[in-house]
Amino acid sequence: MAFQGVDFYNIDDLLSEDEKMVRQTVRDFVENEIMPVIEDAYQGAYFPMDLVGKMGELGVFGMTLPTEYGCGGMNNMCYGIAMQELERGDSGVRSFASVQSSLVMYPIYTYGSEDIRNKWLPRLAKGEAIGCFGLTEPDHGSNPAGMLTNAKKIDGGFLLNGAKMWITNGSLADVAVVWAKYEGEVHGFLVEKGMKGFSAPEMKNKHSLRASVTSELIFQDVEIPEANVLNIKGLKGPLSCLTQARYGISWGAIGSAMATYESSVNYAKSRIQFGKPIGGFQLVQEKLAWMLTEITKGQLVNWRLAKMKDDKTMRPAQVSLAKRNNVAVALDIARVARDIHGANGILSEYPIMRHANNLESVKTYEGTHDIHTLVLGAEITGIQAFNG
Amino acid sequence: MNILVCISQVPDTTAKIVINSAGNAVDPAGIKFILNPYDEYAIEEGLRLREKFTGTVTAVTVGGDSAKEILRTALAMGVDKAVIIKNAEKSDSFSVAKNIADYATTLNPDVILLGRQSIDYDSFQMSGTLGELMNMASVSMVSKLEITGTDVAMERDIEGGKESVQTSLPCVIGVQKGINEPRYPKLPDIMKAKSKPIEEFSPSSQETRVQTITMDIPASKRVGKILGDTDADIAEFVRLLHEDAKAF
Repeated sequence: MAFQGVDFYNIDDLLSEDEKMVRQTVRDFVENEIMPVIEDAYQGAYFPMDLVGKMGELGVFGMTLPTEYGCGGMNNMCYGIAMQELERGDSGVRSFASVQSSLVMYPIYTYGSEDIRNKWLPRLAKGEAIGCFGLTEPDHGSNPAGMLTNAKKIDGGFLLNGAKMWITNGSLADVAVVWAKYEGEVHGFLVEKGMKGFSAPEMKNKHSLRASVTSELIFQDVEIPEANVLNIKGLKGPLSCLTQARYGISWGAIGSAMATYESSVNYAKSRIQFGKPIGGFQLVQEKLAWMLTEITKGQLVNWRLAKMKDDKTMRPAQVSLAKRNNVAVALDIARVARDIHGANGILSEYPIMRHANNLESVKTYEGTHDIHTLVLGAEITGIQAFNG
Repeated sequence: MNILVCISQVPDTTAKIVINSAGNAVDPAGIKFILNPYDEYAIEEGLRLREKFTGTVTAVTVGGDSAKEILRTALAMGVDKAVIIKNAEKSDSFSVAKNIADYATTLNPDVILLGRQSIDYDSFQMSGTLGELMNMASVSMVSKLEITGTDVAMERDIEGGKESVQTSLPCVIGVQKGINEPRYPKLPDIMKAKSKPIEEFSPSSQETRVQTITMDIPASKRVGKILGDTDADIAEFVRLLHEDAKAF
């Protein structure tokens, strides 16, 4: 039976008709286009490329950016809802959309010249071009300020050197938004596929996000024309992008939790042991009640976060709370779902292990769980724990 | 080409149906309503005809205010015009067909498309009654449609096979699943649909010819289970025979 969603607190009543229609449309898309192909992609460790054009056609890339650039012109509630539904399918597919929208299209729109916007946004929106975002380096993850990738001024542009790691869509990308130091400050550069000295080898043998491409980006004297430099200085550039993406992750994680919860409820009602469904046992009921409670809390956090984002009052620390909480509970819910499913939980017939494995990555990407804890700690006390 | 698509709002297939206190109708409280799935094929076919021949696609429904939701879906899918004939009164198939026919007469469509049936009451009345009232040929269960000039060639599903038929425009066509793959509304179009107008008309007729006396929920049966054909499904089938059905 098609996925019905989880809405114990009638949160639907808080959504407008068009927001609900966006949800239903993306939900149908996930059911018809993603679910039939995702297990094979995950087991075969490839990204289902057919989805790129289809997602572009649907309109999930750059949903909140203006329609004049071929984007959606929708609110953040719609964006969040779409990410929730995509991740109900798979975290890797949602990651693709997050990167394309929040980490590539957002900075191009926010910090790019009119020429750059017109060159890239319509193609990225349609899925005719793919983007990636290079911030993390092999030796600089939680502390991006220590990055070694650097740019030097040359005639007509910059010379880029360095390496990035853990880059979603890296090997697929037509354009990479790369953050590098120039004269001691972080700047953003658009590196295009085929530029001399730029390569993006794929990182293989992952046990998580297997239906997603993760790559290294290597820059050896890559010449970047002046026109490809973004108009922003300092870490606030990449961090502003991460705030957008983390917002989508907060929604996506709850989508994943809804998938593993739904499977758990169905399984608990149909799996008979000792002459009755295992859902009739108190230990299983406690697990289901806990899952539903955490999902409902996460949904309310997301709804409120969307309202604040649409009102332009949302602060990054509030996104940290949502990302930290929702991904952690989604992972815990997936693990408990595995328990409920018993041995069946490890089979590809059920979405459990795929979601659980994916969420292991989601928990530590885009700001690890621990770093978001420290962001909140700093917010509460006014004292930064991670600054030397 | 002037294309009219008749659509209907029906309870979601997963909705839990409750009969009202009078015992003669479905209690709409708490039910999620959706666009009748067969009508989605009709909308898609209308859009494809417009893409091929240019023209206008008008979606019409008869119902209360809540039925505007399915018109928004039709607009998001790409129809040009949405019309609601507001009728909160309880009506029968004839009444719906009569109201649509009276509206359609003013529109003078080349073709009227609709789903082969509404999945709520399953009366299978609409295309036939509409054809009669409009004095047009009416063909239902159509799974393939080819229009050349005013010639209309169709394939329709019949028990155990297919039947090829032909007629000419204007005509009424009840479409069957499989005629096409309905498009997803594009998300930005959902937003645009919000600002498009929905024309409202009062019912031209309240005449009904069939009265529902009582309605009952069927006695619940043991739920069946459908498995696939992989090795894992076979293993699950054997396990169910052993553990669930206790057949051995």
